[in-house]
Amino acid sequence: MYALREAVAAFRRAPVLTGLAAGMVGLALFVLGLFGLVTHNLQTTLDAVEERVEVVAYLREGTTDGEVDAALDELRALPEVRTVIYVTKTQALENARAELPEFEEVFSDLDVNPLPASLEIELEEGFRNEETVTVVSEHAAAYPFVEDVAYGREWVDKLFSLRRIAGVAAGVLGAAFAVVAALIIGTALRIAIFARREEIHVMRLVGAKDGFIRRPFVIEGAMAGALGALVAVVLTWATWRAVSTLILEIDWIPVGWIGVGLAIGVVFGMLASSLAVRRHLREVT
Amino acid sequence: MIHFDSVTKEYPRRGAALRDVDFRVRKGEFVFLTGHSGSGKSTTLRLLHFADRPTRGEIRVAGFSSSRTTERDIWKVRRRVGIVFQDFRLLPGRTAQENVAFALEVTGTPRDTITPRAQRLLSQVGLGAKAGAMVNELSGGEQQRVAIARALANQPEVLLADEPTGNLDERATRGIVDIFRELNALGMAVVMATHDLDLVRSDSRTRVLELDQGELVYDSAAADDDDAPGRTGTMPQPGAERGSVGAAASMEGEESEELLDHEGAAD
Ligand SMILES: Nc1ncnc2c1ncn2[C@@H]1O[C@H](COP(=O)(O)OP(=O)(O)O)[C@@H](O)[C@H]1O
Ligand SMILES: [Mg+2]
Repeated sequence: MYALREAVAAFRRAPVLTGLAAGMVGLALFVLGLFGLVTHNLQTTLDAVEERVEVVAYLREGTTDGEVDAALDELRALPEVRTVIYVTKTQALENARAELPEFEEVFSDLDVNPLPASLEIELEEGFRNEETVTVVSEHAAAYPFVEDVAYGREWVDKLFSLRRIAGVAAGVLGAAFAVVAALIIGTALRIAIFARREEIHVMRLVGAKDGFIRRPFVIEGAMAGALGALVAVVLTWATWRAVSTLILEIDWIPVGWIGVGLAIGVVFGMLASSLAVRRHLREVT
Repeated sequence: MIHFDSVTKEYPRRGAALRDVDFRVRKGEFVFLTGHSGSGKSTTLRLLHFADRPTRGEIRVAGFSSSRTTERDIWKVRRRVGIVFQDFRLLPGRTAQENVAFALEVTGTPRDTITPRAQRLLSQVGLGAKAGAMVNELSGGEQQRVAIARALANQPEVLLADEPTGNLDERATRGIVDIFRELNALGMAVVMATHDLDLVRSDSRTRVLELDQGELVYDSAAADDDDAPGRTGTMPQPGAERGSVGAAASMEGEESEELLDHEGAAD
């Protein structure tokens, strides 16, 4: 009760500095919010692409049915593999005609079918990642009758590296803002402590517990953190609106992530203020 | 109640502020701590309030030992040992009532009992009628009474006072000392640092400890007891020699031979 009242009073006593501290926490978390937007939307795209991640093994001319059957059995037995579909030369041509109607003429004019037979290897959910794709591709490529192996890995790789870059950039920028935020919180609390040094002195004289003396300042830090987190949510939301209307339709981040962001803001504010308060309270006798 | 066992306090780059000081104060005793400026009175009180730790030696106050009480537990000492200063250290811009209530509030007193308790504490120091006055508008003597009421907030066993009448005129001084006597009569030990020799001489029954350059040079209790081979017994009447309090204050003491250990097992 006392602590909350004092924290609010401190907020009012130094609104500029506390506002600045909250603003910095806001910027740090805004960067995190942007990263959240990018990550979430990349993830959505990745999921869609992943659906289609499969390994296609093109077979040489003259591969026998016996060889194909043996390979089918062996590949289907792999734990990463959901199913394997054998696409004959004829089916390949039909598929091509169906999928590319504008080339209908080209295909019908041919007297030899140029398309190879293939094995389409679908992967189990959860195995549609780089490693499994590589392992399964190598497995398929080892058959002497397999001419070539193709997969959508380049795409997947690109998206993954994009996400990594976004992550590193957000990490560096966010950390920089967080450091500045911590410094400003420290300064704000130092001023708050200085303003209340007489009270702190009296509290110590009469036997108030250290935790009791620290509490209002830690609450002030938590309030600055929470306020900053709200600022970050607003900024992120505005950015999302702008991008969605001006550039391309993207998803809003999951609500749970916003909760995590708020929690991070509050915890960060509390930690930064606890450290600052411990240090600066020592300066008051 | 108070044990000061071979206590030395050194400050970095400044010789010893206290040198091998030994004394005990019993429960309910009233002691004047005298000596010239810089003799170590404030240092002694700071050590008794655990605002500082001795460099060597051991201090025990109200059951707390200087060597075993952690920083975290100092608040417990502060609630058993009240303190007032020459400069009052009240919170300006607040009433007498608010100053006392503040001490009660920050030490976890139940909310609904704070106001009546603050009022009662102010009445105890004779300021019941001025509870609503801003402390800046009170006289020095009245401000010191507020400070005493605040120091009594947690019913301490010991009251320390560092030159509490240093800023007060004779009349106000007498008022403050009278309050100390009343509290003492109720069983509270009082240690009052002062260099007001008239005050010290005015009551020959009160025990006097005199410091000089960090050394305890006179203890009226030990001086009375001719059998006790206390360090002060061997001193050539240091107090009297320097025109100090020794002779006047030592006449009528009634300290017993054995200083009993009244400590509770508080820690
Ligand atoms: N915090 C401190 N740092 C260094 N020296 C100190 C400190 N406090 C007191 N002293 C020194 O210790 C000696 C005793 O001081 P003090 O206890 O204040 O004396 P008194 O209260 O009797 O006037 C003095 O020489 C003083 O300068
Ligand atoms: Mg002094």
